Amino acid sequence: MSGTTQPAGTRRDWLLSDTPASRAQARWGRRYQLWLAFRRNPLAVAGLAVVLAMLVLAIAAPLLATHDPGAQSLANRLQPPSAEHWLGTDELGRDTWSRLLYGGRVTLGMVVAVVILVAPLGLVVGCVAGYAGGLLDKVLMRVTDVFLAFPRLILALAFVAAMRPGVESAVIAIALTAWPPYARLARAETLTIRNTDYIAAVQMTGASPWRIIWKHVAPMCLPSLTVRVTLDMSSIILTAAGLGFLGLGAQPPIPEWGTMIATARRFILEQWWVPVIPGLAIFTASLAFNLLGDGLRDVLDPKQR
Amino acid sequence: MTEDNTHRAAAAPPGASAPAASAPAASPVVPSGAAATARSRPSAARLRLQALSATVASVPITLFGLALVTFLIGRVVPIDPVLAIVGDRAPMEVVERTRLELGLDQPLYIQFWKYLGQIVSGDLGRSVMTSNPVTQDIARFFPATLELATVAIIVAVLVGVPLGVWAATRQGSWIDQGVRLFCLAGHSLPVFVLGLLSLLLFYATLEIAPGPGRQGVYFEGMIDERTGILTLDTLLAGDIPAFRDALWHLAQPAGVLAFFSLAYIARMTRAFMLAELKSEYVTTARAKGLSRGRIVWGHAFRNIAVPLVTVLAMTYAGLLEGAVLTETIFAWPGLGQYLTVSLLNADMNAVLGATLVVGLIYVALNLLADLLYRLLDPRVR
Repeated sequence: MSGTTQPAGTRRDWLLSDTPASRAQARWGRRYQLWLAFRRNPLAVAGLAVVLAMLVLAIAAPLLATHDPGAQSLANRLQPPSAEHWLGTDELGRDTWSRLLYGGRVTLGMVVAVVILVAPLGLVVGCVAGYAGGLLDKVLMRVTDVFLAFPRLILALAFVAAMRPGVESAVIAIALTAWPPYARLARAETLTIRNTDYIAAVQMTGASPWRIIWKHVAPMCLPSLTVRVTLDMSSIILTAAGLGFLGLGAQPPIPEWGTMIATARRFILEQWWVPVIPGLAIFTASLAFNLLGDGLRDVLDPKQR
Repeated sequence: MTEDNTHRAAAAPPGASAPAASAPAASPVVPSGAAATARSRPSAARLRLQALSATVASVPITLFGLALVTFLIGRVVPIDPVLAIVGDRAPMEVVERTRLELGLDQPLYIQFWKYLGQIVSGDLGRSVMTSNPVTQDIARFFPATLELATVAIIVAVLVGVPLGVWAATRQGSWIDQGVRLFCLAGHSLPVFVLGLLSLLLFYATLEIAPGPGRQGVYFEGMIDERTGILTLDTLLAGDIPAFRDALWHLAQPAGVLAFFSLAYIARMTRAFMLAELKSEYVTTARAKGLSRGRIVWGHAFRNIAVPLVTVLAMTYAGLLEGAVLTETIFAWPGLGQYLTVSLLNADMNAVLGATLVVGLIYVALNLLADLLYRLLDPRVR
């Protein structure tokens, strides 16, 4: 049986086969089953849909924006939503809808950047510490302890203060505060995997420690790490927005959502929609990642339930 | 899993919801201790003592690391500490002399050694902005944060715990789903947006809440500062109108901050309670014909109280983080506002001092959570 020539009607049977003929079939079968389980949770599917929609909106921002996000028009400042300005205008007469779209690029870009920096680092540190054990493990775990001894936002604030406020500093600061939990998670997983029979079998065949970690330990840590990363994305969004709100993240005129609220917050009593709309955007993004992460946890990490 | 609840105590949904999740991050000794029991079974009391001493012994190392991190942050700042003191128009020899006086010509490890000595003697340097010693500033601003966080955690417990229990006893119903969504919203809504919305609703639209700040203009400076906690000070002074005013001002920021941690508390309570309700003694109690209230509050709740206490200690620590943003919104003169104002004025001594103090409190609360857990739960003993 080969997968490529299957007619559409039996693709499902091919995927759900109890006796997969190839590795690829088994792998795709497992993925399909995960998807079936995931699909049963409507909130999680909604979260996934919103996340995808926001990614599309952010990527297609130049096509969808009705105005130049930086174009000021002081005559039209603080307008309520209208046909011309779908979500109104801010204190400099800039179109909020367009700024929100471009802001999505900044916010989601920051999230992606932090995750790319942090997840591999946490995975490597955790797996190495857990597999090697001994002094190396002790030292690495002490380092994570120190970083976990500060509340995240406050440590990020101090890091940003030492650098120059801006998107890059915020990303580095958040990344520096975000990796220890992943390391601890990966270490905990590694500790349970290390003493299993299949690792002993691989060791007997003479595989090097690096090969064992890379090929046999790290992949087993991935599901729980994926869940954690997804759930964490919402707190990365909140931290990034918090830094922006305090004036230490993205700097104006960059349309980052937290920064938009910071510059518009004095209008909360009169033109309340100006700060509230970017606030809703942060809320939606963060909620979507939380729902998605929750759904993923039910599917990938059932022992946590 | 024993990973990082500390870190995400208030800010994010718990990755783990099993009771084991409440073992705080500062206790990497727990799994190894458990493994040791399985293998060699030394006496329980000795094991307990070992685990305890390992936890306590890890604290100085963590504190050392804490100091190292703040020290290093202070060294990489682009602002020249000498110029920050003497100004950029000072003659060259003054600059050089100050540099020598500050010990900045010495190797980093000697500077760090001196810095450690200063911390131990309670000297965090002088704030450029207020020109007071940083320790003194922190002592002045901290009570306001303490007051805010304490009231917030009380509100969060009073609402969050019953909410979690309620959801757990009706698992799968629409009440459970509603509580779940409510908790997710609590995790997802930025605390500063909630603060702004609250100001819009209660202050501007309904006009029932007072504006930002700690007290009304009438009462400003009328009350002697004894504890720095305004609600206590006004009570000690016997000034009931001032007390009501202080309480009234406190209600809004404390409510916002409480919402922030309430979600986490409710969620953890629900998870603990669900695990407990599945156990056999609950089935037995039910078979005996006990009422649901009796089973839940008389039996199950007693068992979840211990992990809950540790959750509370960690949530309380996490409130410090939320306090930074809440204080900014409500012009609440606490440690968080001190930190952000110093940041924006590049007042590094103040920033690092406040960061260090927050870190110290955080470590202390985590240690407390850990010790309480060991002390109260007979199964860990």
